[in-house]
Amino acid sequence: MINKFKVIVVDLSKSKSALEYFDTRDKWLGGSGLAAGLFSHYGLMDEDPFHPDQPVILAIGPLTAYFPLMSKTILGFMSPYNGQYAESHAGGRSALALRFTGYDALVIRGKAKRPVCLALGSQEVHVQDVHFLQGMDIFKTGKRMRNLKPRNPGHRSILRIGPAGENLVRFACINVDTYRHFGRLGGGAAMGAKNLKGIILSGDSHEDLDPGISKEYVKIYNEIYQTVVQSGAVRKYHDLGTPENLIPLNELKALPWRNLQSTHDPEVGAVSGERFAEELLLRQVACAGCPVGCIHIGLLRERFGEEHEYLYRQVSYDYEPIFGMGTMLGVASGPGVLTLLEDVEKLGMDAISAGVALAWATEALDKGVVSENETMVRMEFGNVEAYRKGLEYLAWQPNEFYRTLALGTMAAAEKYGGEDFACVLGQEMAGYATGENYYVSQALGFRHSHLDTGAYSFDQEKDSKDIQKAIDFMQDQENYRVLMCSMAGCLFGRKAYPEETILKALNSLGFNYNKQELRDVVENIKAHRWALKFRTGFKPEEIKIPARYLEVETWKGKTDPGYMNQLKKTYQQVLQEMAAKYIDESEEKNEPS
Amino acid sequence: MKVLRAANMERCIGCYSCSLACARSVYKSLSWKRSGIHIRSSGGISTGFEARVCLACDPAACAAACPTEALRQRPGGGVFFKEKRCIRCGECAKACPVDAIYMDPFRDTPVLCIHCGLCVSFCPHVCLEMVNIAKEDKDDQ
Repeated sequence: MINKFKVIVVDLSKSKSALEYFDTRDKWLGGSGLAAGLFSHYGLMDEDPFHPDQPVILAIGPLTAYFPLMSKTILGFMSPYNGQYAESHAGGRSALALRFTGYDALVIRGKAKRPVCLALGSQEVHVQDVHFLQGMDIFKTGKRMRNLKPRNPGHRSILRIGPAGENLVRFACINVDTYRHFGRLGGGAAMGAKNLKGIILSGDSHEDLDPGISKEYVKIYNEIYQTVVQSGAVRKYHDLGTPENLIPLNELKALPWRNLQSTHDPEVGAVSGERFAEELLLRQVACAGCPVGCIHIGLLRERFGEEHEYLYRQVSYDYEPIFGMGTMLGVASGPGVLTLLEDVEKLGMDAISAGVALAWATEALDKGVVSENETMVRMEFGNVEAYRKGLEYLAWQPNEFYRTLALGTMAAAEKYGGEDFACVLGQEMAGYATGENYYVSQALGFRHSHLDTGAYSFDQEKDSKDIQKAIDFMQDQENYRVLMCSMAGCLFGRKAYPEETILKALNSLGFNYNKQELRDVVENIKAHRWALKFRTGFKPEEIKIPARYLEVETWKGKTDPGYMNQLKKTYQQVLQEMAAKYIDESEEKNEPS
Repeated sequence: MKVLRAANMERCIGCYSCSLACARSVYKSLSWKRSGIHIRSSGGISTGFEARVCLACDPAACAAACPTEALRQRPGGGVFFKEKRCIRCGECAKACPVDAIYMDPFRDTPVLCIHCGLCVSFCPHVCLEMVNIAKEDKDDQ
């Protein structure tokens, strides 16, 4: 298994593919590192995200399928949202399916003339005309795609976009196996621009275990598996799941409500993890290769007739989607949240960004910044039916207002006004109003995600206003997360995978790293990702933290603008210096061999 | 002799830990398919999961169909497999009434459950269990 990266490069314009090998395992590791390496090779740095030859990259890591929770696929692409190199991560069956196609990565270039579905197996590549799926929602598309070849039930992953991706909503997502997503920064639009409606990954190949290593590998596997199934820190993701955070964050006054007009609300009980579990949880499912089962599926009953006529829907929920389609929109009802989640899922939009966009539109309408002529519906916090229409309009963009809002909340605020209350930190905020460290971290973070550095956690530390400590925390966290995402593991597995365990796992497969070597490689991958982001237009000094964040009151009181500005300045400098440190030892080594 | 039963598949979360364990330790492979137990959804994940696994028939149709006695009846249900007797004809896979034998196109051998029970310890939701056939029959009466 320690060999060159095996990459399949599909050109949709020509409907032809090429096998490429990269002898860069030591340098790129896999996952995040591999995606960045491939983007360096195939990306068009100075071209538009919608340039036909801009690559969409799916990459897995050296531990994928070999160890529990190594179940993520990394999407590397030029973000249609911000025009910069971006990553988004998803699970489902995608990672194992890609592993068992026999490739380390899939690179898709070119643009098909009509909507197509790309199907990849270990001995097949098909680019199939699926014009009949055009405009079809995520669920119907998934159903139709299950009838396409290759038929490999249970051992396939089905990725697709909905109307939002086709209509180039800049925060359209890619749905993976119904309940998972490459959610943020517009991967769905990147696919849409290629006329790529879906991807089938058919995992039909095998790898023989090297008898020389298999005993040690099985031993390490068993140790990690036991830690995962026994550790409360990992199991909690199965029990209530991430929605267990709603009540604690609300108590901390750190849960955004109604476009972040408030950080606390007595109604939280109606959308808490506990309430969902007791009243709506149907079951949990897992990503392939992970015994945790963190995907919570809620039951939504819907009455459709005068008599007692019901249908039911199965809707996945998590902390962030409940924030996006719930608290941020003032929707304090479990079925209400599930109704909106079902809609946003069908349309194929990121639930966080769509929620924040509609929350801004609601306040803008209320303040008279825009009128109902623009919004086409009287959006009010808590009004589920109005938001259902709003989501539909966002995906289909029937007027200039929605065409602008589909570019992002700040794009709309810049045009219509209301920038002060646009809850955008690099992209639409995630559900953490925990304080200055988080705001700066998301605004400047590589993925503009709460997962970049986990700074919401540092906000809760005693020394949360010590700039050096904050920077050290964010850097340490980022280093670890770059390592984990290069493996490509799920970040819910952090407690089961300290650095030493990752090292043991790698070496049990025949790699031969020591701790320092691995740290050096990770440091270089981190710098590489930042170098790519800067190279494609990232200007941290131009990112503003809107005034709304200064009005926020958490358990610590009001935001401290002096600390926040100083932290932002310092962090900008740290990132610039880091990107400059990237060493591309030998350009030739990046060439396929 | 005990046999494997996928008794509680309603609890299955679709993690594939069982298949991967069988592939890893029985078939010395990293594989989804080279495993005696296959997990699949029946039309998307919203429909839940089912296990394709040997039902431990006695008499076993696959053993009856095997022309070279590479598959022989296992007392209590299921079969024993002797690879060196196998001529890769695939008759066993055709004969299996529940499609639980996978003909591995790479090794060109049948892959099937040997009722060793290893997968049971890798199921986080107790979907799988090893059952004593005699006791099972008694419980049914």
